[in-house]
Amino acid sequence: MRTPTSTRIPGVALLLLAMAFSIFPLLSMLCTALQPQGSVPLGLSWPSDPQWHNFVDAWNVADITTLAGSSFLLVLGVVPLGVLLATMAGYALGQLRVPGGSVLFVLLLLGLTLPFEVTIVPLYYQIQEMGLLNTRLGLILPLIGLNMPFAVFWMRAHFLNAPAELSEAASMDGAGAWQSFRAVHLPLALPSIASLGLLMFISTWNQFLLAIVLMDDPAKRTMAGALQNFVGQYSTDVVLLNAGSLLIMAPMILVFLFFQRHIVKAMLAGSVKG
Amino acid sequence: MSTLDGSGGPLQGLTRPTPAPAAPAGQEQVPAQAPRPRRRRKNWGGWLFAAPAALMYAVFVLRPLAASIQYSFYDWDGITVATFVGLENYVRVFTDPQLLSSIWHAFFLIIFFTVVPVTVALLVAGLIRELRSKGLGRLAQTLLFIPYVIPAAAAAIAWSWMYATTGAVNQLLSVVGLESVTRAWFGDPAWALPAVGLIGTWINLGFCTILLMSGIGKIDVSLYEAAKLDGAGFFQTFRAITLPGLRQEIGVCVTITVIAALASFDIVFMATQGGPGYSTMVPGVQVYRLGFTESRIGLASALALVLSALVLAVILPLQRLFREK
Repeated sequence: MRTPTSTRIPGVALLLLAMAFSIFPLLSMLCTALQPQGSVPLGLSWPSDPQWHNFVDAWNVADITTLAGSSFLLVLGVVPLGVLLATMAGYALGQLRVPGGSVLFVLLLLGLTLPFEVTIVPLYYQIQEMGLLNTRLGLILPLIGLNMPFAVFWMRAHFLNAPAELSEAASMDGAGAWQSFRAVHLPLALPSIASLGLLMFISTWNQFLLAIVLMDDPAKRTMAGALQNFVGQYSTDVVLLNAGSLLIMAPMILVFLFFQRHIVKAMLAGSVKG
Repeated sequence: MSTLDGSGGPLQGLTRPTPAPAAPAGQEQVPAQAPRPRRRRKNWGGWLFAAPAALMYAVFVLRPLAASIQYSFYDWDGITVATFVGLENYVRVFTDPQLLSSIWHAFFLIIFFTVVPVTVALLVAGLIRELRSKGLGRLAQTLLFIPYVIPAAAAAIAWSWMYATTGAVNQLLSVVGLESVTRAWFGDPAWALPAVGLIGTWINLGFCTILLMSGIGKIDVSLYEAAKLDGAGFFQTFRAITLPGLRQEIGVCVTITVIAALASFDIVFMATQGGPGYSTMVPGVQVYRLGFTESRIGLASALALVLSALVLAVILPLQRLFREK
């Protein structure tokens, strides 16, 4: 049965409107980024002579190479270790069912609702005390800690559903918990681990509050954190500001387009997983 | 964690705070095993696996949280000796008009972060199902989701430019003959907060739409067919089948976006810093200001704790409300 035209037309119209709403601000940025530098253009007007080299200039002026390299260092510090710790803990809670594990789980659940703002001031003093203020390590360690609630939650959900017979069979063969974890369960968990890694990558890259508080040097912050300095620097040149901001957004948009299916699936699963 | 809410990126807020009794498993998962009796000896050794994660969480989340509680009873500038003041900071949070207004603003943002996106997303998702157009559905998924994956701070920059005097919003208004209402939106105390809120709508709309679309996909098709045979129109079907079938997904959308509204930081900090005046000040930005610019650590901590308590006070009843029967 075909949808009646009376629903079809308003339906398609509303959809197109929602889509236009979603990309309109990005289009407006793109139009502006292509205008001659130093001009004060209108928000939405395609330039007669698009200045594509504005992107090159913005790249150089904002030193995106350094910025991106530095953000990747943070990601490399946070994601592999964060995923490993969460996988081990998820295994303990979901598969080994350690005694008292539910206490840890409830504490972690608390962390899911806790706004970052509540820990940020004491965290600043704590990192200062540890002598890690303005170091990458001083940003990486708290990011791992803050990632734990969601990450453990995620891996626990996987291990709850992994068949226990596997561990039993492995222990018959004389494997200890560690061996059966490494040889049997880890390979099976790879899809969950990959999704978690992807989500953690996005969240680290986009992390703002921790980056601006714990790191003075914008070039060593996360990509999102670097934006804060960026605005002050370019408030005088709307064109370069827009070109630079687009460059900073671009990696996330590309990663999303590339891994779209996985990201959407992981995010949706992450939000309903219980 | 604070990424999926406005304040940090896609991870935070992604999960519901309490486990749903019977959440559908992700597609990549093995179906849950039927529970069967297990007799195992207590596996204390398993804690070796859990300890590192627990330690990181304890040191970088629980310890600062405890410190926050402690600070909240003191008057401290971060350098000199702190003096114990009892509940004075809390009294101040509930009596200082500026702090109170920031809390009120956070609740106001729920309209833009939650009510509008969830309502529109329900309509859009329902329509996509009705149209049964795979191509349109996929295109919508891609375009609508992009605002959700870029840094919220970047979204704030994009919209600051949209709202500027020469920006696209005013340009559009002029084109349709509404020149008289054009203004610098962030500069107008009456309009700045709704303008900031709309950025939240922009970010959350796609997430809610896609979550609800995937939820609709799980509703039994025969229900829709039966409705059609009974001659039910779009809105009747929507009310009788789609809405009840999406109960759990709606709950997730509401939970995540309400946390994002109450704990908003990135967007407001980048777009307006809480100004003009205090017209867009939210607790998140206020905590930052008190803690790092005004060096009133005790007051900042008290406000942050009140904010956390409010989040819990709103989220827990919501969880009950949307729990599947």
